[in-house]
Amino acid sequence: MSDDHSHPDLKHHVPLSERAKRAIAIHRLLVAKGIIGPAEVESVIDQVRTRSPADGAKVVARAWTDPAYKGRLLSDSRSAVLELGYRLSRDADLAVVENTAGVHHLVVCTLCSCYPTALLGPPPDWYKSFAYRQRAVVEPRAVLREFGTELDECARVRVVDSTADLRYLVLPRRPGGTDGMSEVELAGLVTRDSMVGVGEAKTP
Amino acid sequence: MPSVHDRGGMPTTEPIDRSSHEWADWEHLVNALVGVLRRRDLLNVDELRRGIEAMSPPEYEASTYYERWSASIETILVEKGILSADEIAEAAQEVDARWG
Repeated sequence: MSDDHSHPDLKHHVPLSERAKRAIAIHRLLVAKGIIGPAEVESVIDQVRTRSPADGAKVVARAWTDPAYKGRLLSDSRSAVLELGYRLSRDADLAVVENTAGVHHLVVCTLCSCYPTALLGPPPDWYKSFAYRQRAVVEPRAVLREFGTELDECARVRVVDSTADLRYLVLPRRPGGTDGMSEVELAGLVTRDSMVGVGEAKTP
Repeated sequence: MPSVHDRGGMPTTEPIDRSSHEWADWEHLVNALVGVLRRRDLLNVDELRRGIEAMSPPEYEASTYYERWSASIETILVEKGILSADEIAEAAQEVDARWG
């Protein structure tokens, strides 16, 4: 292991896999040839760090408090999130699906890892795991139980499979006992898991 | 039989591992590099996906998430003639010699 601490790619001295080395190599070549700028990747890394489930939570809290907004969010999700300043990538559309007493939605991407990163940040490891991708579509209730979510027997579970062209966000049910709470307080109850559908919003 | 990436419904009794790992620096780099290449119209989401799905089933199964992205970026950039496989291999050896 080298003592060179100057390279930003390698703060952690873990042995790199062949694919990791090749990725670093590709980046260096692209910069050396002037195909991409020297600071472009760093700037995207910083942008990615600014996105988190707190963004999706603001959208959900607005929908809980403003019925007209909720209508727009469900019918034209892209424009509705843009109203709050969230710009989605041009090649992937967004659909927001509403959980009710009768229907609970669970989001998966069986083919890979498609996820509304503009509103939730990068997907968690389990979302990308083979076990989740394989099981969510065949035994969603068992999967939900592993996340500690026990649904009413009568509730229907609807599993939605994201693709590169269409990503899903769950609008969780507004918990009881939240009358009179502000939008900011409500947003604090909205978890990442509730917007993927493996959980429900927290109760105050 | 479905392709290796088409995981929905493949039988398994494996529990879902809900732990998360902190991204290594090279994983941040790969994730961001895809963003940069998309912005510059050098790689789009469908190409990234196709490059991943073109991996051999054993390599797909054995690779971590961002290793699959790395493989795909390489496949697509080489296919488009933006970089050559030889220069990538050579540059990877330099990375290996310095930080491997």
